Amino acid sequence: MIDESVVAGTLSEALKTGGEFAEVFVEDRRSSSALLDDGKVEELSSGRTRGAGIRVVVGDTTGFAHTSDLSEAGLAKAARAAASAARGGGGGHQVVALDRVDAPAPQEVQVLPETVAKATKVELLGRADEAARAAGSAITQVSARYADGRRRILVANSDGLLAGDDQVRTRFAVSCVAVGDTGMQTGFESVGRPIGFELFDEYEVDALARTAANRALTKLAAQPAPSGSMPVVIGPGGGGVLFHEACGHGLEADLVAKQASVFRDRVGEQVAHPEVTLIDDGTMAREWGAYAIDDEGRPAQRNVLIENGVLTDYMWDLLRARKQGRESSGNGRRQSYQHLPMVRMTNTYLANGSEDPADIIAATDRGVYVAHLGGGQVNTATGDFVFGMSEAYLIENGEIGPPIREGNLIGNGPEVLTGIEVLGNDFAMGSPGTCGKDGQGVPVGDGTPTLRVASMTIGGTAA
Amino acid sequence: MNPEELLEIAERIVGWGRDGEQIEAVVGHSQETDVRVYEGEIESLSVAESQGVGVRVIANGRQGFAHAGTLDTDVLEETLAEARDNAVFGSPDEFFGLAEPDGVAPPELDLYHEALLEVSTEAKIDMALELERAVQAGDPRIVGVESADYGDAVGADAIATTTGIRSSGRDTSCYLTAYSLASENDETQTGFGFSVGREPGTLDVAEAAADAVERATRMLGATQPPSERVTVVLDPFVSAQFLGIIGGTLSGEAVLKGRSLFADRLGDQVAAAGVTLVDDPTNPEAFTASDSDGEGLATRRNQLIGAGQLERFLHNSYTGRRSGSASTGSAVRGYASTPGVGCQALSLVPGDRTPDELIAGIDNGVLVQGVSGLHSGVNPVSGDFSTGAEGLRIRNGELAEPVREITIASTLQRMLLDVAAVGSDLTWLPMSSAGVTLVVAEVTMSGA
Repeated sequence: MIDESVVAGTLSEALKTGGEFAEVFVEDRRSSSALLDDGKVEELSSGRTRGAGIRVVVGDTTGFAHTSDLSEAGLAKAARAAASAARGGGGGHQVVALDRVDAPAPQEVQVLPETVAKATKVELLGRADEAARAAGSAITQVSARYADGRRRILVANSDGLLAGDDQVRTRFAVSCVAVGDTGMQTGFESVGRPIGFELFDEYEVDALARTAANRALTKLAAQPAPSGSMPVVIGPGGGGVLFHEACGHGLEADLVAKQASVFRDRVGEQVAHPEVTLIDDGTMAREWGAYAIDDEGRPAQRNVLIENGVLTDYMWDLLRARKQGRESSGNGRRQSYQHLPMVRMTNTYLANGSEDPADIIAATDRGVYVAHLGGGQVNTATGDFVFGMSEAYLIENGEIGPPIREGNLIGNGPEVLTGIEVLGNDFAMGSPGTCGKDGQGVPVGDGTPTLRVASMTIGGTAA
Repeated sequence: MNPEELLEIAERIVGWGRDGEQIEAVVGHSQETDVRVYEGEIESLSVAESQGVGVRVIANGRQGFAHAGTLDTDVLEETLAEARDNAVFGSPDEFFGLAEPDGVAPPELDLYHEALLEVSTEAKIDMALELERAVQAGDPRIVGVESADYGDAVGADAIATTTGIRSSGRDTSCYLTAYSLASENDETQTGFGFSVGREPGTLDVAEAAADAVERATRMLGATQPPSERVTVVLDPFVSAQFLGIIGGTLSGEAVLKGRSLFADRLGDQVAAAGVTLVDDPTNPEAFTASDSDGEGLATRRNQLIGAGQLERFLHNSYTGRRSGSASTGSAVRGYASTPGVGCQALSLVPGDRTPDELIAGIDNGVLVQGVSGLHSGVNPVSGDFSTGAEGLRIRNGELAEPVREITIASTLQRMLLDVAAVGSDLTWLPMSSAGVTLVVAEVTMSGA
């Protein structure tokens, strides 16, 4: 992607005014997408961006500059700009010797999407449209999107690290509108993996489209969501996002260091039910948040955050880890070369429990069953969170009852952890997601088994 | 790069067009500085320059698009070739077509302030440090400032098409923002404050700091109330977020594709009589004011709801043509996407009573000062919404104790009809809609 001697020279340039640490991050990204909406293939779009971000650290100050000019001169200019932002006392000549170490890819890509004919990608859209419309005459609108991306990165720093990764991701999503007597409802389903076009050997877009259509159709019969506090059962794979938001973010070392986390100073404490084990794992080969190396060149790893209910560790990026004299946990990520890395999750999940999920529902007299949560957000300092329920049902007398209309679910992260009463033995990963911390989007995965929380507040309109 | 240079690049791409082809080139460039300080030190200082180009090709009734993050000649040629190839695989649509000059003159707006370029990096750092100190000193219960930032951007863009559009412009913007932490009796709450402008001299450190302090401290001691149906007063920051979502349902694209709850309702009374909703990017008061839209047409004032009656949807060239009308100058986009349709500077026409006067008339209610998860909790197609909220109880016409961990829920349709009063305090915010105090009757508040 770029010559090794140029990278070394850029690092030397960055350290000339006394920086303690310098890093060059080079990225070359290609993307393509195709959108079908309203029965027509509206558009194929292709994108290409490449550039480098350079940071220089002096004390607690980071200087950062980025450029789309990858020539030796362009990189040197950016290096000087980053260095001037973080000016140190010393200076002088420093030679950086780079040692290339590449981590193995989580999974070999079999069919690079860029080698697949555009017509083949477009054909998937038509099939999805047809399958969704065939699911019921109440389906009045369908939109389907195919997207692939290839992101090649190279990271080098003044510690001598040199590493690269070639990240391929492929995704397909279907969204439907159904119209009935009660108005319009929507249904959505998506699949995405860090693999190539072989994704479609595993997933039939027709089935995906039917799932989206059925979600919309089901909701036509939905009644208003209840309001107030009640037990909530979360279905397998449908609620991992809750633990990503409500617990995961509070375990990011940058937020902990700034006292913006309710989990500060709680390592070693029992924070959840003894059966609760929360893991962040960037090595899960087939999951959306996986990679070989993070955006600071550190190999992805499996990090146990909560083990048997006890808080074991936070997640770390390079700078936070250096300050503590420890190793990064492979969680330093950034949206693109135009952004500074920070602590980010990968694939975050609650490990499997032991209960039969049917028994969990049967033992719930009245409550809400959430099959699928939508987006949400958390205030990491207080732990308060809010989530949309995109597919949910009432539980009445130990049975899953009628669907309920969309509404929010609110609660508090630490309270939910202690409020988990029982975990099922039916663990599943959820849909591919994008985490948007501090305005930077990165791909993440999540998962849970069926579980019941003693009480959460449902924000519906019914009494 | 200045707008003239960008327009020259856009024209060069358009000049490569072949017979029977329509080509649109959008070129952008920006320079940004971002400073973040923490505990009296610079945590990070970023200086960045970025650029990009987007090319749309329409040929044989089909549309293709490509974009790139550099402006080298070989990249421009490759991007056009890619867009052209993409067009082969789209479905034909008789309504595809680029914007054409429509004779509307762009408004004269003062969006580019040279003064921003003359401010030194040191002065920008000092503003961020001053903000951090002001938040810290604002109240003894402030225990930390998670971040205090100064940021600015100088942007320029240009659009050229084979249909005769030539548009270019530039603007400056800057902001200060702080996230604060307040603590009392083992309880922590967070707040934020900001100030935005077109040059640093107009930024108000004291105001940003005071907001950050107030938002963090006012929720200390808040409790979760029981569920109840109450009158809700939305403060300007909250009402602006709701308006933005309502604005989205009035896009011609949502209407044409059967995704708007207001389709087929033109001329109907969709809101209370006190509601007049206008999208006006020509208003110089709006931070999102702009003289031209994402297709290079002049922006214009569009009244969407007049005295509660639905009057108009917003359109870009495609949705305007397809619905048998014309663009309302409402194409929104970046260089990396084709134009969508959206509000650019939406506001309610203010009423004549102040927030205090409105609150004085409410026996039992909640002043909502913050919402969370609004986007995940609103279905803009069905209109159902439910959002996390916090604020102050209103009892017998006076503000009372703080409440948190509540949700408020209704439908967008219901809420518009239930608007009991619009305040006089129109406030422009750094988003595409302005806020105003809004009283909404009969909303379900869920709590314990």
